[in-house]
Amino acid sequence: MRVTFTANGKPVEADDVWEGESLLYVLRERVGLPGSKNACEQGECGSCTVYLDGTPVCSCLVAAGQVQGREVRTVEGLTDENGELGLVQQAFIDAGAVQCGFCTPGLLVQTDALLDNDAQPSDTDIREALSGNLCRCTGYEKIMDAVRLASARKCAKAASE
Amino acid sequence: MSTRTIQGQKNLQDIRQASKDGIGGSPLRPDGTLKVKGEFAYSSDMWHEDMLWGMALRSPHPRANILSVDISEALKLPGVYAVLTHDDIPGSKFYGLEIQDQPALAIDKVRYHGEAIAIVAADHPETARRAVKKIKVEYEVLTPIVTEEQCLNPEVYGYVHEPHEFKSHGYGNICHSQKLVHGGGVTDEIRALADVIVKSDYEVGMQDQAFLGPESGLAVPAEDGGIDLYVATQWLHVDRQQMAPVLGLPEEKVRLTLAGVGGAFGGREDLSMQIHASLLAQRTGKPVKIVYARDESFFGHVHRHPAKMTYEHGVTRDGKLVFADARIVLDGGAYASASPAVVGNAASLGHGPYNIPNVRMEAIALYSNNPSCGAMRGFGAVQAAFAYESQMDKLAAELGMDPVELRQLNAMSEGDSMPTGQVIDSPAPVAELLQRVKDMPLPPPLDLENVDVRTLPGALSNTSHGEGIVRGIGYSVGIKNVGFSEGFDDYSTARVRLEVIGGEPVAMVHTAMAEVGQGGVTVHAQIARTELGVEQVTIHPANTEVGSAGSTSASRQTYMTGGAVKLAAEAVKQAVIEKGRRRYGWTQNDLTLAGGKVVSESQGALIPLVDLLGDEAVDLTREHHHRPTVPFDKETGQGFGHVQYTFCANRAVVDVDVELGLVKVVELTAAQDVGKALNPLSVIGQIQGGCTQALGLAVMEEIIVRDGKVRNASFTDYLIPTILDTPPIPVDILELPDPNAPYGLRGVGEAPTVSATPCIVAAIRQATGKALNRIPVRPEHITGTL
Repeated sequence: MRVTFTANGKPVEADDVWEGESLLYVLRERVGLPGSKNACEQGECGSCTVYLDGTPVCSCLVAAGQVQGREVRTVEGLTDENGELGLVQQAFIDAGAVQCGFCTPGLLVQTDALLDNDAQPSDTDIREALSGNLCRCTGYEKIMDAVRLASARKCAKAASE
Repeated sequence: MSTRTIQGQKNLQDIRQASKDGIGGSPLRPDGTLKVKGEFAYSSDMWHEDMLWGMALRSPHPRANILSVDISEALKLPGVYAVLTHDDIPGSKFYGLEIQDQPALAIDKVRYHGEAIAIVAADHPETARRAVKKIKVEYEVLTPIVTEEQCLNPEVYGYVHEPHEFKSHGYGNICHSQKLVHGGGVTDEIRALADVIVKSDYEVGMQDQAFLGPESGLAVPAEDGGIDLYVATQWLHVDRQQMAPVLGLPEEKVRLTLAGVGGAFGGREDLSMQIHASLLAQRTGKPVKIVYARDESFFGHVHRHPAKMTYEHGVTRDGKLVFADARIVLDGGAYASASPAVVGNAASLGHGPYNIPNVRMEAIALYSNNPSCGAMRGFGAVQAAFAYESQMDKLAAELGMDPVELRQLNAMSEGDSMPTGQVIDSPAPVAELLQRVKDMPLPPPLDLENVDVRTLPGALSNTSHGEGIVRGIGYSVGIKNVGFSEGFDDYSTARVRLEVIGGEPVAMVHTAMAEVGQGGVTVHAQIARTELGVEQVTIHPANTEVGSAGSTSASRQTYMTGGAVKLAAEAVKQAVIEKGRRRYGWTQNDLTLAGGKVVSESQGALIPLVDLLGDEAVDLTREHHHRPTVPFDKETGQGFGHVQYTFCANRAVVDVDVELGLVKVVELTAAQDVGKALNPLSVIGQIQGGCTQALGLAVMEEIIVRDGKVRNASFTDYLIPTILDTPPIPVDILELPDPNAPYGLRGVGEAPTVSATPCIVAAIRQATGKALNRIPVRPEHITGTL
């Protein structure tokens, strides 16, 4: 089948999609957006998290056909059109929250969504919001630092605007 | 041209301080931006026009004879390009890290659940999956050899490998053994010297590395008949060394390039898909990509050895250790992998960082029909640390002593001997590290009036509002070796090039080091900046075009490849200075490079590198070997076996719901001596990550194997700590330089994984009063409903 949808603001179409293919597979193997990662493909680790019509989902659990005509935003879409890093992306780098980085794309999308809903989450709010994203390298401490840093920068930016 | 001085750069210190990104600083990762943009190419992201997908058929039985394999139906499936069995292997059929006992594809029998029997290449992963299902294998299922008793009685239960099949280090189903005797050993006379004796059995379950990036890579057939493989691994050269004979190729025709690695932790030391993808690419003439699914990853790599241990310690009334006696049985599974080295570590480090006048130890690894076990972070030191630290707490309880005080009373320090007789010739601040974690402020006590239930045991499940919750505190310390031991010629190679690009002096560092997330690439750039006094450093992709870097394991890469980068950069520096001496007749003996210039310590800057180098590059390669070690004597365990030791101490604070058996680690504190923190941000990240894997082993992580079958090969059922399970991890770093190591550094990555598990269990014991001799601690162990 043919699937057409919007990925990071641009229309894309994928041909010869098999019915059982996931959105994750289509993004990674058919439309050239491999940023979403394939760690468990069971919805357990969060590495493949993308926005689907503005809501973060595990793209491995979404059948490709379900995204027909809808809007997908991936980690690649967190960078602006000039290639400038988004606020959450920069905070992850600055805080040392990226080690192997395989969990990072999913965490970035989930953190972006968290801060959109609540720019100043408590530590427990952060832990609850990110509890579906496994990381094996960092021990999460620097991820907490990164989210706190992103939150502070977002609030400072909002205050200055 | 005469020597000239550059204005405004008089003081060498000023010039050096211009670079904050040298060693001791925390510059950002060179791969960080790509990783946050989703543009970093991990091994599973490899793509080639016209590529095929490979997949393996794996055994559902832990032990069976293969009576027949019929691939004809699979071959008929449209889109299938090849189906291969061991009959199709052009070269040697076996490989292995230390003992070549593992068939690339099963021959006549399978020895573990998940062993690969046949491989398929097809045009879509789903086609490959369907083809795998169409391969018909007829088995004669045999009773698996899975318990210690079965393994040790091969004449009754059988051999995992028939004695004639290959020559192992051991005999029967024993893959390797190591004994150790120190002082007077352990005799009745020595036992009689102790006032208090504590003896217990301990058990450690099978832990998995559970790295997030699945085993994967792309094999591309080359025009010269060779193979180019892009792969996530820990050691490119040893992969090649094992692959080439199987592929029937000379090593130079097997070229490996490191693709992005999504974590490793020892799980990528052994081959996984490397040979399979290459065989399929050879056969089909097309690029072949293999990406393991998560369940296949659990089958397709070695795990941490599960262990059964018996420990006996004797101590005087005033708390001095008199003797220690231990037996460690490690289940190595079907193939040897790194078991011999793991046994060596278990035996030599198995009594911990303590001065014990009389010691006996026996460590063995068994062959069984359980999953193969090999390298995992902490490598042979983790299992024993759980046992000896549990023993310390029991001794302290018997004596009525503070457990930290008992440890400090017996702690080894510089100049003391290991039970192997090796004198520790660099700082060993065991007592100080314990003091540091003890002195750190404790988290506030549980305030049930104002508590957020999400922070309690059970957390989001809302299982408790504080009733039945008890707090406990535990301490631990551990010891780990750094680098490869027992006479292994451990070395690494680095190539450093200095040249002018775009009007700037630029250094390039080329090594075969596997960057698996630990941050080695950042440190290499820091070393090049420091030694060459330049800001711009590029990291060449790691591949087999340069000499071996050895493995990214054993906490050795900063020491070994960092050391090689230092040597190569120093050689480049000397060559550049020599070039200047020849050209300008400099006679000063105090020349170095700093701030992009050649500098005299006494006279300041002499010439910019840009002017000195012009369009000539200086490009040099150096090897770094660490000081030699020797194998341990087989019977006594004596010998200078390890290069360097590293120590970490921890304190855990836990809340336990004693009714439901649920544990919440409230805080996990670490203090570690790192010799010199080349990159403090990365060092702290490594320690926190290592502590978290230890937390996993303490309370949740275990591959459940029953009758040789893996029961939980998924992230649904194999639990690793989430951000909700993981507490704040304050880290206190001590920097006592090791005079034998580059920059005085000490390997960092593994020590916290060795030490942090026991303190969590100690804290749960303190909260519950339960013995808890097995990890991971499960709810039923706490509630007593087992």
